[in-house]
Amino acid sequence: MIEKKKSWKEIPIGGMITEAGNASKYMTGGWRIFRPEKNKIKCINCLFCWIYCPDSSIIVKDEKMVGFDYEHCKGCGICAKVCPVKCIDMKREEK
Amino acid sequence: MTQVAANPKKTKTKNIPMTGDQAVAYAMKQIEPDVVAAYPITPQTEIVMNFSDYVANGVVKTEMIPVESEHSAMSACVGAAAAGVRTMTATSANGLALMWEIVYIAASTRLPIVMPVVNRALSGPINIHCDHSDTMGTRDSGWIQIYSENAQEAYENTILAVRIAEHKDILLPVMVCQDGFITSHGVEGLELLDEKKVKEFIGEYKPNYSLLDVDKPVTYGPLDLQDYYFEHKRQQSEAMKNALHRIPEVLKEFNKTFGRDYDFIETYKLEDADIAIIALSSTAGTVKFVVDELRQKGLKVGLLKPKIFRPFPKEKIINALKNVKAVAVLDRSESFSAEGGPLYTEIKAALYDSDINPRASNYIYGLGGRDIFPEDIKKVFEDLKNLVAAKKVTSPKVNYIGSRE
Repeated sequence: MIEKKKSWKEIPIGGMITEAGNASKYMTGGWRIFRPEKNKIKCINCLFCWIYCPDSSIIVKDEKMVGFDYEHCKGCGICAKVCPVKCIDMKREEK
Repeated sequence: MTQVAANPKKTKTKNIPMTGDQAVAYAMKQIEPDVVAAYPITPQTEIVMNFSDYVANGVVKTEMIPVESEHSAMSACVGAAAAGVRTMTATSANGLALMWEIVYIAASTRLPIVMPVVNRALSGPINIHCDHSDTMGTRDSGWIQIYSENAQEAYENTILAVRIAEHKDILLPVMVCQDGFITSHGVEGLELLDEKKVKEFIGEYKPNYSLLDVDKPVTYGPLDLQDYYFEHKRQQSEAMKNALHRIPEVLKEFNKTFGRDYDFIETYKLEDADIAIIALSSTAGTVKFVVDELRQKGLKVGLLKPKIFRPFPKEKIINALKNVKAVAVLDRSESFSAEGGPLYTEIKAALYDSDINPRASNYIYGLGGRDIFPEDIKKVFEDLKNLVAAKKVTSPKVNYIGSRE
């Protein structure tokens, strides 16, 4: 998750970012204290979590919620809060 | 006057009477930047006023943005320069102070904006006349600074500044300073440069990046924290060092094209001088007058005029002072360090790095437009003479010319 930092000679001048959409390279998952996990309650695939997730970290395939992008999920818990059937638990990260 | 300035037909053979402000506006007309965003402030007003005439009369195709404050002027310039176009503004004193936040951002974002600054005392108490407290305050903002002795220099330095700012190894904004009222409103016979040659010299501006280039999208001004901010500051330091090496190339081309002899510094009868004065801008002209007078009496006196103050041409200054026994540094601003003005402390620091050790003293003068007379300068040379003769220095290091005791 930790990339090698570049020297002043290797980066664009003036703080400019010359690559579009590179925010996804910034792994914000390391900030997390609580991690979202699905529990035994059956998910109804309403996709409220997908709509509300501020970091686009809900993975959806074929219109079904299939999991979390833990490299970017900051553990804010919004998904768990908005879930109408309460099938997401927030669990403390072990280390 | 505007009529004369707008009609360059007669300019080839004879001098045209112009004020410093008109001269700079005329340089801007010849440069024809893509965008000018400016707010009028005394004594810079005539630059914006005359340039607005050129825009309104269709003489230039520049997009003129009249803004509601200097903070907005520099912000608009940052936006335009980031969009990848040649951008200029102009200001004075409190206007520069109001820009402050964006002045730093323009430099650190590495945008080659050119800004004529008509030096005026920074409030308070409020005052509209000349001193260098405005630009000296921005000496550490990352801008290149050129100081002009007269309207001719202010005119030519403005043209020169475009090439320096846009140099691929520099890419830093440039301030072109001239003395408020003394130069900006005094009328001089100006030798105008051929417009075609000026346009050829500055060339077409080709930016590396443009905010409007959708095929090569870039982000300007993102948050830059502990992991990379320092590297970007380091790049700025290196760019300023590069400027020391690259500016001579630009000067050489300018000198060749327009028949000039410009360097980082100008010396006047300094080669065999025992005592010398260091002064910026219009006062250098008065010192030359006094040097001529004293030379006729057989006194070995000379002048050193730093033309480019940022980057600081340390080696050139040390070399120029190598035969001098005592030097007086004239500062048209106070830095309130209790150790003298900004030019003085800079010169002293340079001397520490050299093998020479001339006696040096400082004279703060001309604050708020207080006149400096040839008699004042003669007195400084007199002090220097005594300083050389004295075994022990008893006079104060920092003196105040023309301030009533």
